[in-house]
Amino acid sequence: MTRLLARLLGRLPIGWLQLTHHKGRFATALAGVAFANVLVFVQLGMMGALTGSTLQPYGLFDADILISASDSNSLSEGGNVARVHMLQALSLPQVQSGTPVYISKVDWRIAENRIANLQLVGLPMEAIEFIAPALRPQLLHLSVADSALIDRKTRGGNEEFFNTLSPETPAIFEMNNQEVRLVGTLEMGAGFSADGNLIMSDQSVFRLSPSRSSSAPDHILLKVQEGASIEATVNVLQQILPNDTLKVRSFSQAGADEQSYQTSERPVGIIFGFGTLVGIMVGIVIVYQVLSTDVADHLKEYATFKAMGFNSAFFLSLIFEEAMILAIFGFFPGMFAASGIYALIGMKSGLPVGLTLSRAAMVFFGTLIACAISGAVATRRLAHADPADLF
Amino acid sequence: MTKSFAPIAANGLNHWFGEGETRKQALYDLNFEIERGSLTILMGPSGSGKTTLLTLMGCLREVQRGNLSLLNHELHGSDEALKISLRRRLGFIFQAHNLHESLTATQNVLMGLQVHENGSSHRGDVKQQEKAARHILSILGLEDRLDYLPAKLSGGQKQRVAIARALVSTPDIVFADEPTAALDKDTGLRVVELLKEMGRERGTTTVMVTHDNRILQMADRILTMDEGHLFEGAHT
Ligand SMILES: Nc1ncnc2c1ncn2[C@@H]1O[C@H](COP(=O)(O)OP(=O)(O)OP(=O)(O)O)[C@@H](O)[C@H]1O
Ligand SMILES: [Mg+2]
Repeated sequence: MTRLLARLLGRLPIGWLQLTHHKGRFATALAGVAFANVLVFVQLGMMGALTGSTLQPYGLFDADILISASDSNSLSEGGNVARVHMLQALSLPQVQSGTPVYISKVDWRIAENRIANLQLVGLPMEAIEFIAPALRPQLLHLSVADSALIDRKTRGGNEEFFNTLSPETPAIFEMNNQEVRLVGTLEMGAGFSADGNLIMSDQSVFRLSPSRSSSAPDHILLKVQEGASIEATVNVLQQILPNDTLKVRSFSQAGADEQSYQTSERPVGIIFGFGTLVGIMVGIVIVYQVLSTDVADHLKEYATFKAMGFNSAFFLSLIFEEAMILAIFGFFPGMFAASGIYALIGMKSGLPVGLTLSRAAMVFFGTLIACAISGAVATRRLAHADPADLF
Repeated sequence: MTKSFAPIAANGLNHWFGEGETRKQALYDLNFEIERGSLTILMGPSGSGKTTLLTLMGCLREVQRGNLSLLNHELHGSDEALKISLRRRLGFIFQAHNLHESLTATQNVLMGLQVHENGSSHRGDVKQQEKAARHILSILGLEDRLDYLPAKLSGGQKQRVAIARALVSTPDIVFADEPTAALDKDTGLRVVELLKEMGRERGTTTVMVTHDNRILQMADRILTMDEGHLFEGAHT
């Protein structure tokens, strides 16, 4: 290692020799950097899970335009949108078709003392074209009253049980004092606001939630005519629909909006963002502490180097050498620990957490930059190394 | 480089410490020239200004008033870059050895060579440099301590490593402040002999603060400081 670094740097790797000279201190420093990395990884993982799970419900649908209540920030938390607005929209020649979507929550007692809070999505059976193509065959089974498809990734769910479900061998549960027949599964995943998803026809939803009225869906989905511009249609709709109570957006824009809402305005998103910041700060402070202690402990030696004619570029490269060593040797153990924690979180929570290459690369470069910043700050302490004091 | 100029020349050199009320003069109107290749010994009682003069000549302190020329460069008002480049042509032997604890004896000495390579493209010369470092350590009687860390060396051995570090780059001028204090008599003499030899063969100029009588006899010239004034010869 010493030889390799010597070749790389074109000088003695003093930083490396110095860091490894105090083995205990070095190990502690690396553990600190690794810990900061784990913090950042876990926070980013949760943030990723948040955005990932935010977009999951969108994957259920195949639509061009979403009409929601003006105060709705989320697909899962709609508002009342009068169904007449769908008819208004359909009067435009460029709008091909539309459907209402009903969304609510329902509790499912999985076991004696285990309740999953499910997001219930309902839509008319004739609106099958608004369902993602891959999921359409499954949806056909929902025409039988009280039938439902259950999210395979429902938190607390059991793989074996889900495998037994079929239209011929449904499992019957009681939800809201109504019988619900689970006739199959689809894969969506738990989120931060629900443990899983349940899909039914709109008629089944009304039976399950008698307070719901078919005239007030949560959202309206539209498809435009082939060749028609989605953006232009959105613009026209914004003109003709009341804009004080309604929000008209392209379906993809709605997803992007919700993603940024969840991560930057909702408490969970802010907490994870804050956690990431804390992780970065912890890392910077630890590395700064190690480097500045190192400088303080070797002030006389550094002053000697100054007297010998080493310039500030040398000292900068020396501190950066140490910073980079801490960054690199601290990152990998941190990343391995984080991937273990990811697996654990994924298993326990059903949240879509995973170590992506891009996130690993981002955290790695972030670590390098954070360490470089600490190093740059630590070099300021070198000003105290005055060679005139040596004689 | 012509041999005619004096490597060190002072003209009306004064120095003060402190500000305002506490301002105190440490050097008074020094005028001297030091000849190339010579061994000059600086004597004088404690607090007389020997170290102050040494640090001024070594570009470690700003010249406040008067002129001080080092290797044909005026130090009064000179910028940091010039001072750094001049320092690279000097060798310092401090009372405290200040060796790097994590570097072996050889590696510590190597630093004395690498400062000259630093930033330049002279990579891959490490083998050559290591040879030079081992060589000078051997001259100073440390051939069997080459790869020892400072913690495993005695005080005298550490001081010899520090001397090797100062001399390995064959500096133009060596400044030494009581360099032999930590050494036994024989080693002390060996060091001074080495300095004299470098003076004869390469024109290395040495200015040394010492009170060691045996070394006084080997000096080409003795200067004495007393309360900030400089006198020719030994005044004890
Ligand atoms: N950094 C400083 N700040 C203030 N005064 C100083 C400083 N360094 C030296 N002095 C003062 O300058 C005068 C000369 O000090 P200097 O260290 O040059 O003496 P010296 O001849 O080297 O003494 P010694 O033999 O004890 O090492 C002394 O009165 C000392 O108190
Ligand atoms: Mg002194």
